[in-house]
Amino acid sequence: MSETLAASGPNDPSKRTWLIASGCAGAVGGIAAAVPFVSSFQPSERAKAAGAAVEADISAIKPGEKMTVEWRGKPVWIVRRTPEQLAALPKLNDQLADPLSQRKPTEQAPEYARKDESRSIKPEYLVVVGICTHLGCSPSEKFKAGPQPSLPDDWQGGFFCPCHGSTFDLAGRVFKNKPAPDNLEVPPHMYLSDTKLLIGEDKKA
Amino acid sequence: MATFHEISPNASAGAKTLNWIDNRFPLSKLFKEHMSEYYAPKNFNLWYIFGSLSLLVLVIQIVTGIFLVMHYKPDAALAFGSVEYIMRDVPWGWLIRYMHSTGASAFFVVVYLHMFRGLMYGSYRKPRELIWLFGCGIFLALMAEAFMGYLLPWGQMSYWGAQVIVNLFSAIPLIGPDLALLIRGDFVVGDATLNRFFSFHVIAVPLVLLGLVVAHIIALHEVGSNNPDGIEIKATKDANGIPLDGIPFHPYYSVHDVFAVSMFLFVFSAIVFFAPEMGGYFLEYNNFIPADPFQTPLHIAPVWYFTPYYTLLRAVTTEMMYVLIACVLVGAVLAVAKIKMPSLFKGAIVGGALVVAAMMMAIDAKFWGVVAMGGGVVILFFLPWLDNSPVKSIRYRPSWHKVLYGAFVINFFVIGYLGTQPVSVIAGRISQFGTLFYFGFFILMPWWSRLGTFKQVPSRVNYTAH
Repeated sequence: MSETLAASGPNDPSKRTWLIASGCAGAVGGIAAAVPFVSSFQPSERAKAAGAAVEADISAIKPGEKMTVEWRGKPVWIVRRTPEQLAALPKLNDQLADPLSQRKPTEQAPEYARKDESRSIKPEYLVVVGICTHLGCSPSEKFKAGPQPSLPDDWQGGFFCPCHGSTFDLAGRVFKNKPAPDNLEVPPHMYLSDTKLLIGEDKKA
Repeated sequence: MATFHEISPNASAGAKTLNWIDNRFPLSKLFKEHMSEYYAPKNFNLWYIFGSLSLLVLVIQIVTGIFLVMHYKPDAALAFGSVEYIMRDVPWGWLIRYMHSTGASAFFVVVYLHMFRGLMYGSYRKPRELIWLFGCGIFLALMAEAFMGYLLPWGQMSYWGAQVIVNLFSAIPLIGPDLALLIRGDFVVGDATLNRFFSFHVIAVPLVLLGLVVAHIIALHEVGSNNPDGIEIKATKDANGIPLDGIPFHPYYSVHDVFAVSMFLFVFSAIVFFAPEMGGYFLEYNNFIPADPFQTPLHIAPVWYFTPYYTLLRAVTTEMMYVLIACVLVGAVLAVAKIKMPSLFKGAIVGGALVVAAMMMAIDAKFWGVVAMGGGVVILFFLPWLDNSPVKSIRYRPSWHKVLYGAFVINFFVIGYLGTQPVSVIAGRISQFGTLFYFGFFILMPWWSRLGTFKQVPSRVNYTAH
């Protein structure tokens, strides 16, 4: 067919220009039509609204115990640490990847949780998101010190991620040479009273 | 366009009907091209049944899938219960569900064997590169299909497996976290994720899969099948232009494959009826517990067919990165020292290696683990250009090539097994060694595949009538 066209006369270059122009216009339309479809992958308004702050009553936690609350569909742990557990934290600094939360500081923890090894407002209470920074598993609690399966012999208590073996101390700080790159995230939080904690909001906001 | 073909008025009703259709649709022509006049080499062995079998499993999956969708509810609150409802209350629902879950594993069994057949006999070599590429595309689509399907029962392993794999994407620098959010449709794996995975699993990916299967078969029938001797049968034709070593696919191989199908169904049925969970390998025990976003099971492992790649992911730790950086630098030095090329290329190689090494230092090991996992699959696409052996088939390669292929298979099983196991120091070291071997096998293939004494390839295939 193209041969008959070529034989009937010279090409009309203006036709080609218009073909290309309309092709481009069609492509722009096609891309524009894809925008709503791709955007529909984003979290819905309902999912976003579920991100509100939650209150927790921490009066019932005994020393050395943990409670879990749900915030944005994620587990947030509140651990009441014993004085011995707190005293052990600074000694671990050599074995940790980022003992003072200096890597990506703003993503990992609010400023008030970066001032010392305890990563907390009140050193007694640790508040962290219980999601491993490697691939999002929820680590399990290994608060008992001493040798045990999958853990080093000088274990001081902390968390162990069953998926890929990352270990965290009792301040949610990750140990060196583990798959998880960062410490557990400290969510924005504030004390409404001595026993009431608000998770998801702090004074700054 | 074919000319309109008149048929004798005395012809049978069947012949008249066929003629009527053939004048409007190339039915006889298609049947001849793909069945009765598609000449396949006569020396196919057992390894050549897995193509037909994977087509059979595809059909099983589509049919059982259609029936499962009639009873399943893609809703985080209802999904787990609806699967149990299928298992207990829907008449024969347990059978359909077990056929589908066993079919998923069976699919990977036959596809892995089919791919290994290609590796042994050089079926990806010129002119069959596109068949291989379409095939790798099928493998990739199959992995996506299996992964998304595994979320649907909404058990603990479904949930946490999806959580881990979706989070893999968030390891990509810059765009990662937003990409993971787009995939999940929520800040955690939830109802939105389940619904979209359901949509992908039942329609989007199957459509892609079917298109790729058609492309795979069209490309195969265009160039013709390879065979265990790796000889082009089209090189030796008779007076009618028919390959001397070829036999028509129908009836010879269609009947042959029907036999293979019955053998396969023996094994398949035995598993469906007597061991559908396969000791926790086909259906993991933890998946009989409903998804709980607050409690990760103590041990998470993907289903068996993903475990070799999962090991590649886990093997990349901070320490392993130093080994990999060393590999990149040594590779660049060797390339510059040993290969003859303009100094501009040498500069580019050194510069590129330094940039890669710098990126490997700068970006988390987590991201490189993801790269290793993806790379383990993607590297298969390059096989046609990595293999420089002067002969196609393993039969005419040096004996130590066979040993190397054997070691590759054993290594694949070892890293597959380690992927099912909890982390430990020794297992970690073995999987790191296994990872280096896996990639070394492919990356060094352009060199080792040329070495050794190759045997003379005969001009006709080896075949003894029986």
